[in-house]
Amino acid sequence: MTVTSPTVPAPSGAPAPSPGPVRAAQTWLYRRVWARLAALLALPLTWLVLIYLVPLALLFVTALWTTDSFTGLLVREVSLDNYREILTEPAFLLTVLRTVLVAAAVTVACGLIALPMGFFMSRVASPRWRPLLLALVLTPLWAAYLVKVYAWRTILSPSGPAADVLGWVGLSPPGYGLGAVVVVLTYLWLPYMILPVYTALSAMPESLVDAAADLGARPWRTFRDVMLPVIWPALVAGSVFTFSLSLGDYITVQLVGGTRQMLGNVVYQNFSVNLPFAAAMATLPVVVMVGYLLAVRRTGALENL
Amino acid sequence: MTLTRPVTRLLGVLMALGLAFIYVPLAVVVVNSFNASTTFSWPPTELTLQWWQAAFANEGVRAALWTSVQLATLATVVALVLGTLAAMALTRYSFFGRDTISLLFVLPIALPGIVTGIGLNNVFTSYLGGLTFLTLVIGHATFCIVVVINNAAARLRRTAPSLEEASLDLGATRARTFRLVTLPAMRSALFAGGLLAFGLSFDEIIVTTFTAGPGIQTLPLWIFQNLFRPNQAPVVNVVAAFLVLVSIIPIYLANRISGGAATTPVR
Repeated sequence: MTVTSPTVPAPSGAPAPSPGPVRAAQTWLYRRVWARLAALLALPLTWLVLIYLVPLALLFVTALWTTDSFTGLLVREVSLDNYREILTEPAFLLTVLRTVLVAAAVTVACGLIALPMGFFMSRVASPRWRPLLLALVLTPLWAAYLVKVYAWRTILSPSGPAADVLGWVGLSPPGYGLGAVVVVLTYLWLPYMILPVYTALSAMPESLVDAAADLGARPWRTFRDVMLPVIWPALVAGSVFTFSLSLGDYITVQLVGGTRQMLGNVVYQNFSVNLPFAAAMATLPVVVMVGYLLAVRRTGALENL
Repeated sequence: MTLTRPVTRLLGVLMALGLAFIYVPLAVVVVNSFNASTTFSWPPTELTLQWWQAAFANEGVRAALWTSVQLATLATVVALVLGTLAAMALTRYSFFGRDTISLLFVLPIALPGIVTGIGLNNVFTSYLGGLTFLTLVIGHATFCIVVVINNAAARLRRTAPSLEEASLDLGATRARTFRLVTLPAMRSALFAGGLLAFGLSFDEIIVTTFTAGPGIQTLPLWIFQNLFRPNQAPVVNVVAAFLVLVSIIPIYLANRISGGAATTPVR
């Protein structure tokens, strides 16, 4: 590890008082940047590796094992059976496909809602109102995830408010299903999309927009050629959360998905009876997300995470 | 950019619709907790406080609330210690692999909770002798660390290292410099990060499901287990409404302490 630290002028002047043990340790540490860095990083990095990365790696190892269908015991032999089953069994393949499509739909919906909201908050509303609007948008993140899903379960229930409101205009009740899952997941992750869009647009100097206008660009052109390049990395940063969190969700699906299932449900149902298969399923979102992170790394979006 | 009147109007309407989309469900939960009808017909025709009384008298709810508070406190303490150390390393030093390490610390919240959950569950049950309250704390602390890092690192980046250097030059030990210079500069950021960590842990359900020992019930777990029992519905409504209402407390505190900088869970 090569280490550099801000250069500090060497202490000068009177000779140092006779060094005690503390002073000696100070001097020792002062001369060794790597030792200071190691002292700071040792605990958090050990935690990250032992408690997060090792279990994650073991998940990938477990995914290669199988469960004996008679004894229910783990067979610790490397095979790709679990992945083969996922890829050849249409029900599983459909579930994976459905999950990715739902996550994509949620991400697009969050982007479409966040764009006008973030734009209004950062560029249209008077600066006095901006902190309040931001607080209003972010406040729901503090409310419990389960409570928000439960709220939607109530709203969409056959005798709930949504059925009533739609009934007044002669529409049938929405009910539970894949559409409900998309709506609820969009609701849950929306603030993660609004925040980066708002931050990016607020940080953009007004002079850029003025320059575009001075050079004769109409508002739409200014938006497309000046603002969109600024918003895009923000949308990508937001999409990391909206996409990833949707990929692994199973509770929302359980509460408002009706009979529909997603990847998370398969993991949840299998993890106590067939751990290797559940592990194999659970590695899919990891692979998809790591690929996604690597792909978007170049946009610079990850610096906003 | 000079926008035409209709465009700003349209954006204003969209903003209002967006806020309505955000707040109507929360309002429904709160109103429903006062709904006198046992079938929760909508709109409520009569309001009552009886469900709130029933919830406060409910032993299971009170025990779950206490478990959640203990859990969130412990996870927050661990996250504060580890997050502060990591933030100091990541902002005050530049070294090979720093960006990768930063990204790795974000993974526990950037990857779905079910991945963290099943990964930890596998290790705890297969290799370390099973799930307890401690495994739950460990699971929660893991995803809480990153919010502390983010808050502390943001503050450290805006605080000049020259202050710490001056303290060292004047003969203070590193410990004393940390106590008298670095920590006071970070205090409100650590408070905000700790608050976020507490909130995140208090509400978490997925990692909780996979890492809680048998018989341990947090408030979200209690809700989940009683969600499908029709006779418990009124109490579930009250607990849900309670969680919506208490979520105002940290926002208020964060605004008082750091002028609104801390209303951002996760980032």
